[in-house]
Amino acid sequence: MSFYASFGTVLLLLAVTAPLALGFGFGAAAGSRSHLVPVKWLSNLYMAIVRGVPDIAFFLFFVIALDQGLEWMRHQVLCSDWDQPIRQGNDFVVCAAAKLPQNSAPEVYHQIYGFALAVLTFAIVFGAFAGNVIAGAFKAVPHGQIETAEAYGMTKRQTFWRIMVPQMWTYALPGLSNLWMVLIKATPLLFLLGVEDVVYWAKELGGTKTARFTDYPHGDWRMYYFFGLLVFYLLFTKVSEVVLSRITRKLSHGQATAAGEAMRKAGAGA
Amino acid sequence: MSCSDTITNYAFRSLGFGERRLPTADITLCDQFTLIGSGMIWNIYFGLLAILLGFFSAQAIALAKASSNKAVRKPAEWFIFVFRGSPLFIQFFFGYFLFLSLKQTFPTFDNLTDAWLGAAIVLWLNTTAYSAEIFFGALMAVPKGDLESADAYGFTGWPRFRRIVWPTMLRLAWPAYTNEAIFIFHSTTLVFFSGFPALQQKGDALYYASYFADKTFNPFIPYPILAGYFVLVTLCIITVFGLIGKRLNRHLPQARVSRPRLMSQIFR
Repeated sequence: MSFYASFGTVLLLLAVTAPLALGFGFGAAAGSRSHLVPVKWLSNLYMAIVRGVPDIAFFLFFVIALDQGLEWMRHQVLCSDWDQPIRQGNDFVVCAAAKLPQNSAPEVYHQIYGFALAVLTFAIVFGAFAGNVIAGAFKAVPHGQIETAEAYGMTKRQTFWRIMVPQMWTYALPGLSNLWMVLIKATPLLFLLGVEDVVYWAKELGGTKTARFTDYPHGDWRMYYFFGLLVFYLLFTKVSEVVLSRITRKLSHGQATAAGEAMRKAGAGA
Repeated sequence: MSCSDTITNYAFRSLGFGERRLPTADITLCDQFTLIGSGMIWNIYFGLLAILLGFFSAQAIALAKASSNKAVRKPAEWFIFVFRGSPLFIQFFFGYFLFLSLKQTFPTFDNLTDAWLGAAIVLWLNTTAYSAEIFFGALMAVPKGDLESADAYGFTGWPRFRRIVWPTMLRLAWPAYTNEAIFIFHSTTLVFFSGFPALQQKGDALYYASYFADKTFNPFIPYPILAGYFVLVTLCIITVFGLIGKRLNRHLPQARVSRPRLMSQIFR
């Protein structure tokens, strides 16, 4: 039963992460166009570093780093009378009140906390990729559009929100749909973050079962379980492909791009 | 233990030479740099092998996908779909357990479950599929005028492909292919986190980085070291591929040539 529920975990992760990563990406892209130099550097650095390093290293890094960061902050706030150092040799020690989640909290909270950390990690990593795509899309908006906006006396802020942002999406969409595919294919890495996802259960259930311990003894079935996962992901990407190509068609409608022009001509001819 | 001792002890630890026991207490920066660097040998081995073999097989698959013969085209399309549509992580797992059951039936396949062979095969097939799609796209983008000129000069068959189509295809595919090479290097870190066992703790760079993160419970040192190594590798790839790309583009007016960029819209 948990095996089937874990597919839900994967879908939930995708549903939560995608908008969050898009938000991070939008922020980074907007930041890289900022006139404040530190903001600009920070956003560019964020996008460059995440792109240059294997994403799995980030997954492993952020889960611990975020956990320790949060506990450290709570420690500073909650336990001001603590006099021991936090890093004692190879240990990371914070006071009991700062533990996240609390030691006494029920198991569910621990799972939710782990899942939330995973979501945040995914969002940080994929936010950088999305930021990259969106920054490229901002650059692709025809310059004439911006000049026209200036001619109408719009301020920089107005130009950004009313002209750039609505037009940027159609240029960003090919990159973003690619990113969605990458995100789907990154979900099995959840397993490495300690969330009990499909990979965990496939390993668990597929492993050799002996008659002594279970009702359903069988040999090593992990190969078939993983084959099942392979098919699940193939179907999922196929469905996504179809849906995304529909959205692309819809967004190209009435845009000053080759695709939009082709649709206009096809419509006029008919 | 001084740092040079550490280097002699652990420089080739990932291949099984030198000191057997990994450092457990009093882990120094030097330990971390040496061992993670030692693990990079595996990443470079997997990456180079996959790129070298994949370069040739990918072009074969791309040509097969462009073929007008259905019996040739369909398998190529399916191959690309399966390997591009599913996560590499699952491919590693499936490959490992497939090899495991193969091994139990036919003892000749004994080495397949070892990372050096089995994981290399999975990586090779994976990069073949991704690169084939890149080369196929480039093949479809060869300018019509080039082909017509080739026809006008009387080029046919193999010389036409070898002298006209192939160089242009490579040239067009090169920026995307550079990206693919970078990503296959990044994917090599997955090997020892999927089914493939790191026997006697002979692992890759990420394996040692996570080992140190577990031991010291401090992720802020090993992972940045790992990141530094990977940034170095990435820069090397960009340099080498940039030189090749320059050579491929040498007949064009130089102002138009765009170098392969680290930032590109399409990635895997």
